[in-house]
Amino acid sequence: MLRDKACIVGIGETPFCRKPGSGLSEMGIQLQAALAAIEDAGLKPAQIDGILPFPNVGKSEAFAAELGCSNLRFAATVHMGGAAPVASLRAAAMAVASGVADYVLVPGGWNGYSGARVRETAANDLNSIPGGAIARDFYLPFGLTAPPQWYALMARRHMHEFGTTEEQLGAVAIAMRRHAQLNPAALMYGKPLTMEQYLASPMISSPYRLFDCSLETDGGAAFVVTSAERARDLRQDPVFIMGAAASQPYPADEICGRPDFHRIGLSTAAPEAFRMAGVKPEDVDFAQIYDCFTFEVIQQLEEAGFCARGEGGAFVENGGIELGGRLPVNTHGGLLSQAHVLGISHVVEAVRQLRGQADARQVTNAEIGVVTGWGDFGDGSIAILRR
Amino acid sequence: MNAARADHAKPLPALTGLAGEFYRWCAQGELRFQRCEDCGRHRHVPRELCAHCASSKWVWARSSGRGMVFSWTDVVRPLHPAFAEDAPYAPVIVELDEGVRMLSRVVDCAAGELAIGMAVELALTQVSDEVWLPYFRRSKD
Repeated sequence: MLRDKACIVGIGETPFCRKPGSGLSEMGIQLQAALAAIEDAGLKPAQIDGILPFPNVGKSEAFAAELGCSNLRFAATVHMGGAAPVASLRAAAMAVASGVADYVLVPGGWNGYSGARVRETAANDLNSIPGGAIARDFYLPFGLTAPPQWYALMARRHMHEFGTTEEQLGAVAIAMRRHAQLNPAALMYGKPLTMEQYLASPMISSPYRLFDCSLETDGGAAFVVTSAERARDLRQDPVFIMGAAASQPYPADEICGRPDFHRIGLSTAAPEAFRMAGVKPEDVDFAQIYDCFTFEVIQQLEEAGFCARGEGGAFVENGGIELGGRLPVNTHGGLLSQAHVLGISHVVEAVRQLRGQADARQVTNAEIGVVTGWGDFGDGSIAILRR
Repeated sequence: MNAARADHAKPLPALTGLAGEFYRWCAQGELRFQRCEDCGRHRHVPRELCAHCASSKWVWARSSGRGMVFSWTDVVRPLHPAFAEDAPYAPVIVELDEGVRMLSRVVDCAAGELAIGMAVELALTQVSDEVWLPYFRRSKD
């Protein structure tokens, strides 16, 4: 049982940018974020003895060499795409709870705007997705080449079965954008969005319009995990990991033939995490939901148990996921309006909320928060955190 | 079957392993799926084992080629250069009468006319010397 045995004790981020680009290497940008997280914890880089890098953007050996971690005892890479950071958070918690490592770093970042675009990933780097050969042989020849197209097939089917509307997708985009207006670090700070503007934005891959899609970004983020015992001696108030889980859809490597088309990794992971934490979805004060595209927020809210399957569209309407609503979601603006740094900023923002450091976007009396990750063809991860 | 196209500068399947066998049947004018010899279930994409009963015994069983649209997306902004001139185009998931689903395209139907539940039938289309893609078209009846 992992409950309350590990804490997040350090968080760090770089500035986020698009044009003209970060000017840093992808390793450099991640190191900048990692150093900020280590400093935030009140640690020295050499004290890090566990590293869980994001898949495809860095290797633990290189991080250890750069940071001077001469005592690296635990290194692993979780291959779950955007679900990796929260799954890595769980792995880090397991490592420190079992004594395998003392201080585990989870870094990530990329030149997602000025470098290789994730929109081209499936076609150019088949090894980066679980069903690479399947995509090569059965998706690419037909023109299904990129993440918004994979997930649009899921969204369209959901709209057909449950009556989810374009305006409900728009409500997700608008909620994220409203939160970004309270976050000066967000790329969309100072750029509010109306439903009229949302509906007028160009179609990318129906039902996804431009404003349904997250922001390809240059930037990095990182966090540090240690045991509850060690956390007491560090600089910041610890944020406890009450429960955490990660799982996959079935099959994870192929989208079209799933027996239950709407079941994702979170469908399995969320009940496990809530059981471990000993709380229910209605006990949660806010959620940072991996929002690569708008519909994925609706689907994850459903499969995590915040509402029943098919009711996610209604859940996000009328300010339901905005600050002051029933469940504030992505108070930093999310991947849609803050920045896309691989979902690590969702963890960073949850920690800020639970420390009471979220400034104008602080959720009043935030005690329990949820963070999710979504990756590849629907892999899912979730952590339930408390102050 | 449709006429050959010599100018198909698009990603093609690797004609190796079980996927290669699948596409060799297509090149012979037949859509075939693996059918488990023990439990009788069809499967797609090709796999070594039956996920229902773990049997490794199977045959390539000819499909009716008939099914319906299960989901679709209208790609207005292409995200791969090989498909730039096709846009807008619509990848679809077709659910075959045998129960399997596969990704394809409906060749005679603009995206605006696609609908979930629309009946479709096989329209194998040659795109290179070796490759015939199992596209679909609207059912005639």
